[in-house]
Amino acid sequence: MCLAVPGKIISLKNSNAEVDFNGVKRAVSLDLVPEAKKNDYVLVHAGFAIQVLEPKEAEETLKLFAEIYGKEHKDALSGPLSHVKP
Amino acid sequence: MKTSPAERFASPLWRDRGLAASALAEMERLVAAASAKTGGTVNFMEVCGTHTMAIAASGMRRLFPKGLRMLSGPGCPVCVTSQGDIDRVLALAEIPGVIITTFGDMMKVKGSKGLDLHSMREKGADIRVVYSPLDAVDLAAAEPSRQVVFIGVGFETTAPVIAGAVARAKKAGLKNFSSTAFFKLVPPALELLLSDPENRIHGFMLPGHVSAIIGLEPYRFVAEKYKVPCVVTGFEPMDILAGINMLLKQVVSGRPSVEDEYFRAVKAKGNPAAQALLAEVFKVSEASWRAIGTVKATGLAFSRAYEAFDAVKRFNIPYSDAPEPKGCLCGQILLGKALPPDCPLFGKRCTPSSAVGPCMVSSEGACAAWFKYGG
Repeated sequence: MCLAVPGKIISLKNSNAEVDFNGVKRAVSLDLVPEAKKNDYVLVHAGFAIQVLEPKEAEETLKLFAEIYGKEHKDALSGPLSHVKP
Repeated sequence: MKTSPAERFASPLWRDRGLAASALAEMERLVAAASAKTGGTVNFMEVCGTHTMAIAASGMRRLFPKGLRMLSGPGCPVCVTSQGDIDRVLALAEIPGVIITTFGDMMKVKGSKGLDLHSMREKGADIRVVYSPLDAVDLAAAEPSRQVVFIGVGFETTAPVIAGAVARAKKAGLKNFSSTAFFKLVPPALELLLSDPENRIHGFMLPGHVSAIIGLEPYRFVAEKYKVPCVVTGFEPMDILAGINMLLKQVVSGRPSVEDEYFRAVKAKGNPAAQALLAEVFKVSEASWRAIGTVKATGLAFSRAYEAFDAVKRFNIPYSDAPEPKGCLCGQILLGKALPPDCPLFGKRCTPSSAVGPCMVSSEGACAAWFKYGG
């Protein structure tokens, strides 16, 4: 039940935003993240954004994984971060 | 080629096989070193039900080194709700004219008389599954002649969301909206586990989204007072493997601390706006836990300013202790003292389609995860 999903704010009016989850759009309340702006990524739980996400920090985490665990597995790391399709 | 920000959150590297294999190889080495410190199996607990599901669904459990045991903790909201509070939910649903709104997970949890919300709906009660408590507030605005009750259960992730909905209802002057506040707090739950003399947990994988709200500070006592390692962890397979390895390294080094693997979502201070709203709408209070009982300062109740929105007070629903389902080990599983296959009912009399206890009912209960994906 503590599931939360990242999405991008595509428009907002007062504290009500429209958030894009990989193509699916939903109304989301920004009452808990008053600092959120258009184009920000937010983590959404049960209709409320609960945190603003920094794409830079996601990239940093992936880079850390690559540094620590990539030595035995060079393929995934030879190109840009998203070149491998699932 | 530059990647877009969205691709970083959805990058296939979060579930990359090669990285995972390398992390598992590292885990093998670390478990051997950590076992020497613990004198046997290394027991970690994932406190959050969403982690339980993520671990099970990825299939990684069977790839873990033999000396590592992941226990499921008291982090599935429906599972930790006491039988007495489940009975209160069903009593609310019996009131003529009331519309019950709830997250789907509550629908099939049985009360002590064998009924659940699902069967009550079949008998004519007006019970609706909603995605957000805001849907319940909108429903109350659209149906001014009906009383709308939201079944609020959960931890620090969900409580602020319900606080947000209640605050909106108050602002809109809605007199026909109320909610239960059967909320539980994670840090006191950890303290309950740690203060048990039989405790054998060597590290906690801390809940990512609870921590996004409360931050890191509330966990400090776990590392300092109880000397147990803590890592706030994300929910992708690589997050989980990296989180376990960070815990193992703390065990090996003998220097427990509170680390943050999920720093893209969890800040040290958490979410101050959500904390402020929680403090406005609720107050710390006693809570009734399955298998543990009613414990002081382990949950949230409505604050004086918002008590008009307390469904239990509005409809005067008393609490009475009720026995847990006979033979069900859910309570012991929540305390990390048993695993689902230890229960004699598991997979026999108790399955997801005919569940005896809440650990099998809830989609993120430990028993449901073991049944669906195997151990």
